[in-house]
Amino acid sequence: MSKELKIYTVSVYTENNIGLLNRISAIFQRRHINIESINSSVSEIAGVSKFTIVVKVTEEQIKKIIGQIEKQVEVIKAYYHSDEETIYQESCLFKIKSDLLFEERQIQNIIKESNARIVTVNKEFFVLEKSGRRQEIELLYRELSVFGIMQFTRSGRIAVTKDEMKISTMLEAFQH
Amino acid sequence: MKQTQTIEENKPVAENTQRISGSEAIVKCLIAEGVDVLYGYPGGAIMPVYDELYKYQDKLHHVLTRHEQGATHAAQGYARISGRVGVAIATSGPGATNLITGIADAQIDSTPMVCITGQVASHLLGSDAFQETDIVGISTPITKWNHQITKASEIPEVIAKAFYIAKSGRPGPVLIDITKDAQFEELDFSYKKCEGIRSYKPIPKVDNEQLKAAAELINNAKKPLVVWGQGVILGEAEEEFKAVIEKAGLPSAWTILGASAIPTSHPLNVGMVGMHGNYAPNVLTNECDVLIAIGMRFDDRVTGNLATYAKQAQVVHFEIDPAEVDKNVKTDVAVLGDAKESLTELLPLLDKNSHSEWHQKFKDLYQIEFEKVIKNDLHPTKEGLTMGEVLKEINIQTKGEAAIVSDVGQHQMIACRYAEFNQTKSNITSGGLGTMGFGLPAAIGAKMAAPEREVISICGDGGYQMTIQELGTIFQTKAAVKVVVLNNDFLGMVRQWQQLFFDKRYASTELVNPDFVTIAKGYFLNAKRVTKREELAEAVKEMIESKEPYFLEVCVEKEDNVFPMIPTGATVSDIRLE
Repeated sequence: MSKELKIYTVSVYTENNIGLLNRISAIFQRRHINIESINSSVSEIAGVSKFTIVVKVTEEQIKKIIGQIEKQVEVIKAYYHSDEETIYQESCLFKIKSDLLFEERQIQNIIKESNARIVTVNKEFFVLEKSGRRQEIELLYRELSVFGIMQFTRSGRIAVTKDEMKISTMLEAFQH
Repeated sequence: MKQTQTIEENKPVAENTQRISGSEAIVKCLIAEGVDVLYGYPGGAIMPVYDELYKYQDKLHHVLTRHEQGATHAAQGYARISGRVGVAIATSGPGATNLITGIADAQIDSTPMVCITGQVASHLLGSDAFQETDIVGISTPITKWNHQITKASEIPEVIAKAFYIAKSGRPGPVLIDITKDAQFEELDFSYKKCEGIRSYKPIPKVDNEQLKAAAELINNAKKPLVVWGQGVILGEAEEEFKAVIEKAGLPSAWTILGASAIPTSHPLNVGMVGMHGNYAPNVLTNECDVLIAIGMRFDDRVTGNLATYAKQAQVVHFEIDPAEVDKNVKTDVAVLGDAKESLTELLPLLDKNSHSEWHQKFKDLYQIEFEKVIKNDLHPTKEGLTMGEVLKEINIQTKGEAAIVSDVGQHQMIACRYAEFNQTKSNITSGGLGTMGFGLPAAIGAKMAAPEREVISICGDGGYQMTIQELGTIFQTKAAVKVVVLNNDFLGMVRQWQQLFFDKRYASTELVNPDFVTIAKGYFLNAKRVTKREELAEAVKEMIESKEPYFLEVCVEKEDNVFPMIPTGATVSDIRLE
């Protein structure tokens, strides 16, 4: 098995439970693995939560980690996927001085070309939203940072897989 | 009947309910789960439960240990000898944190245990209240499951889940933290045992294809070696296991926690694997052609250097926990499932065989070990007493019927190497965590779970003093535990390593010990000290014949080493005999 470090997206379907985030993150912490990003949300199944965790590890490591995650009582199923197997996005917000929008024509071009969206504008500042791949967001950041960014924040990765996740059929089987 | 006022409002009130307090519900849940003894220590945040324990003392016996760590180890001893769930109870804050070592021990040794802790009232959570500690947060990585209850109405369902999770599949510890207001609050009580949890599949289904592949490998093997672990005992698969190895004529070695699953004297039992295991199974691990692992997890103390462990062999792994497969050793065939079920289904697929030539190799290597190590341990000619001859004497006096509860260190390795077992669930020791202080309290729990059995705690002078206060528990409960301290005035195992790997620099390993006999007598226990070989047999006999608790100190040679030994990181077959 490859010893090469690779980005993997881990999808964990769970019961909604206080403390489960702790339990799952501890599995990474114990092995000294840095979580690149983590996102918790509802899933396509009512009453089932989903964690999307991005880590950079070897395939051997990620297989063992999936085993440890699935071992947790309230975890229904965990999967790992490479970037090629998923459609993934991140989202970010920029807060920028409103004056710049009028003083620096270039900013308007950047917004247009990057497919970013203005969420709100007021006298002091405007807020720009951009969703996309990490590189696109980083590019936009570099372009805007020349003019000064008041605040910036980027979300964790969210992802869906190209192939079906058989979680629904599995849950149905559980009921019987 | 009054309507409940909490979240129960929306639920129809079940029939046959009683309006009782949360604390009474906790006690009733324990009784409903068949708990007869629990170990613990009272304190502020758990007082309502203790008040109910007072009321129900005819049904549920609470044993006051002298420290909460002792409560967990006693619960572990209870669980290990009986296969039932051990229960420990403590108050919030320091009471709860004192449980941590025992919980970690139970987690790594797959011991079914439920710990109940009191917690400050829910409105005080997060306020740094007196004796508030985040025990759920603290215990998360070392519990199979944990949960905090803040409403009385949650109690029956959560406790039912706790017992189900602790016992099912690969067992483990569960901690339930209950706020004081939830203990006072009333609920409409009815109890139903947990029968399943949607997200939790404790026992994987046996895959027939894998089973066939495993049988084929075993049938074609010329030099098969079985290494079994506690999974055989936890799965109560001792008979099925015996049938399998007898039919296929498989030499079988055990991990420390697998000991006693089949009798020591069984002709296919070739001894212990691992760091201080027997010579033959360790050496032949690197010669066998098929390694059949059953209910064991390839701990580093078993495998030594993984890069040179059984590389020539095809590996078959029978295992209940999918996360253990390929974790340390890459398997060729993995059969997931409960050992009892897998081995039952495996049996008809196996060919009869005897492998007599291959067996001879084990016998030959045993002879080498006997000459170099065992002879000197069991039949010493030097003046000082050896730990091994104490075990030999215990074997003679108990005829192998005793349960041996050992602590951690040299004496533990000697006890596991030389104790003879006729019955299963007889070797109770802290394997994975190596918890010094385990031996004395665990023996108390074991004796209470199996009062008809002879239970002998074997401790070193170091570990014994970590939980020595549990002598008070023995005195108060009159649990007829036999306590043997093999005293070499050293932290012997660490001293051995210092001798071998740290140039004999004995940093902080020499112990200046008190008079252990006087201490035992201070607890009004029968106590004796042996310093000479000619006194040993009589003293052991007196101890075994005693119907009461008994303390025996044996002063052994100070600087004996435990051999064979695989130094850390070395190859199993490079095991040293001296």
